[in-house]
Amino acid sequence: MATAQDRAQAAPGSGLNDDIGEDKRLAIYRSQLRIREAEQRAYDLFLQNLVKGTSHLSLGQEAVATGFAEAMQKGDLSFCTYRGHAHTLARGVSVEKVLGELMQRDNGLMRGKGGSMHLTSEEHGVMGSYAIIGAHLPIACGAAWRAQYKGDKDVSVCFFGDGTTNIGAFHEALNFAAVWKLPVVFVCENNLYMEYTPIADVTAVPHPAADRAAAYGLERIIIDGNDADVVYRTAQKAYAKARAGEGPSLIEALTYRHSGHSRADPAKYRPEGELEKWKERDPIKIYRERLKQFGVADKVIAEIDASVRKEVDDATEACKAAPMPPLDILTTDVYADGGWAWRN
Amino acid sequence: MAEITYRDAVIRGIAQEMSRDNDVVFLGEDVAKAGGVFKATVGLYEQFGPLRVRDTPISEQAILGAAMGAAMTGLKPIAEIMFSDFFAVCFDYIANEFPKSRYMSNGQTKCPLVVRTGNGAGSRFGAQHSQSVENWCMMIPGLKVVAPSSPVDVIGLLAAAVRDPDPVIFLEHKSLYPTKGEVPDGEIVDKLGTAKVLRPGRDATILALALMVPRALEAAERLKAEHGIDCEVVDVRSLVPLDTQTILGSVAKTHRLFTVEENPRLCGWGAEIVSIVADEAFYDLDGPPVRITTPHIPLPAADILEDIVLPTPERIVETIRRSLQG
Repeated sequence: MATAQDRAQAAPGSGLNDDIGEDKRLAIYRSQLRIREAEQRAYDLFLQNLVKGTSHLSLGQEAVATGFAEAMQKGDLSFCTYRGHAHTLARGVSVEKVLGELMQRDNGLMRGKGGSMHLTSEEHGVMGSYAIIGAHLPIACGAAWRAQYKGDKDVSVCFFGDGTTNIGAFHEALNFAAVWKLPVVFVCENNLYMEYTPIADVTAVPHPAADRAAAYGLERIIIDGNDADVVYRTAQKAYAKARAGEGPSLIEALTYRHSGHSRADPAKYRPEGELEKWKERDPIKIYRERLKQFGVADKVIAEIDASVRKEVDDATEACKAAPMPPLDILTTDVYADGGWAWRN
Repeated sequence: MAEITYRDAVIRGIAQEMSRDNDVVFLGEDVAKAGGVFKATVGLYEQFGPLRVRDTPISEQAILGAAMGAAMTGLKPIAEIMFSDFFAVCFDYIANEFPKSRYMSNGQTKCPLVVRTGNGAGSRFGAQHSQSVENWCMMIPGLKVVAPSSPVDVIGLLAAAVRDPDPVIFLEHKSLYPTKGEVPDGEIVDKLGTAKVLRPGRDATILALALMVPRALEAAERLKAEHGIDCEVVDVRSLVPLDTQTILGSVAKTHRLFTVEENPRLCGWGAEIVSIVADEAFYDLDGPPVRITTPHIPLPAADILEDIVLPTPERIVETIRRSLQG
């Protein structure tokens, strides 16, 4: 759980028009709700056997994806995991494109060639979702190296779960980024479970990411990942540091997934009452209360709620009506010439 | 025209491409200030500076991952993995990441990079520093795989690999580094996916790769001189893309096929080629295709043992003579 210091950081500053401001706060609320509704819809469509394959939802973790994405500038790059729907949506990719990919339709983000675990939208700066644990931390380093080499000002932001902190690529990437002083931000979403096993049962330190930071000369940063304002401010600080050429950051955001690891997991390993306790700290509930506390009219909130639900409903209908991908894309884009020829 | 070593050809090839294009950058372990453990990158750090020629920690996953991230976002990295055996500790990038991102993203992403590595036996380093891993790489859709046998091919194929928009695995043979060959002056750019007929012949086709090429050439000379058998030697050079036209054309002429492979026997590149020839040129053959390979064992360290497991000119001569003359 968050420390007292984290809570103090989360406390509202000088009201609605503080450093975050009304427009940004409404955007943060909308984005979190959009992820919530889209993820819930993905789950419902899975129950109807319309979402195929696997899917890893971010229900309950919306504040992390939103806070980091809302603090980004155009051109900043996101590197996500297989639990990447939220991060993809948070960069502005349409719900239809994401649901279409989950439903393996021709209107999907990759026309069904990648699936839920590989959402990619270069035009939105979503440089891929990676299904091999840890693989994308070094890849984010490479994108950051390009920025450093070319003098570009973009930041590469790499999201991963607590389980990733025990794989070799995590440690290789952290050291590499620190030694080369790369403009990369590593974000660990600590949702307490690697898959089915509590992270604490398999990790030598209480904070799987933050307690490793010192090994790479980095600051130990733990934040309340369910408070989007805290996340947003933390992101801003880390991005500014990266853009200033002062190197990487490693941030551990404490959060909780309301659903199981994947669609196959009913999450029966959780102790009784744990989910209920975390639902009291539901990021969307927290944020809705904050908006009200700042005096945002119920009507404004209701309008956002309605427009998000309409986007998700419309997307669902569009996906249901969309055709399956045509067979001729099977052999396209294996190589850069667009084809798959390995011989003459 | 000048005679240079295979090792110096690597340096010249990298330098040629880095001089041409500022987006070409180079990273690896001990490659910059130390000039590489095989001294195949000496002088590049001094010529191109610390921003373009970078030493890394012993972190093969970080090296290949960083190369990929840089390639996806606009650079053309050359990454060195010191020994090809170490592919096993970073195989995720080779098998899962480089070759699949374009396909999985429906053509959105690109990965124009080159992984150079020291491949092959002959240095008495034992089972974990001597392997020929071309067959590990060849079986992955989305990769290209090249293995030059001469200095001029090193430069030309390296240039082609750097300019290629796909990920290319560039296998340099450790035992060829000190060997010499004639190299023309000026820029050299070759073409991936092309085999080379190094010695024309009428009686049998010998396909070889990397270190096996000079051995096949030596065997061909001896077969001619000692047994009157006239062999055509084809340097395969590029496993993916594979120049099947040159191979099938040679078999159509000689009617016999022999492959000389350093990789262990199971699933070696020769097996795929024999299968293609059986499918498409069966009636051109006057006898069964024969694969001359390293046996299916880990490589031993002792010189007497290592020497006997790799295909030698003697074994090539004897196998072909027996097949053709009984």
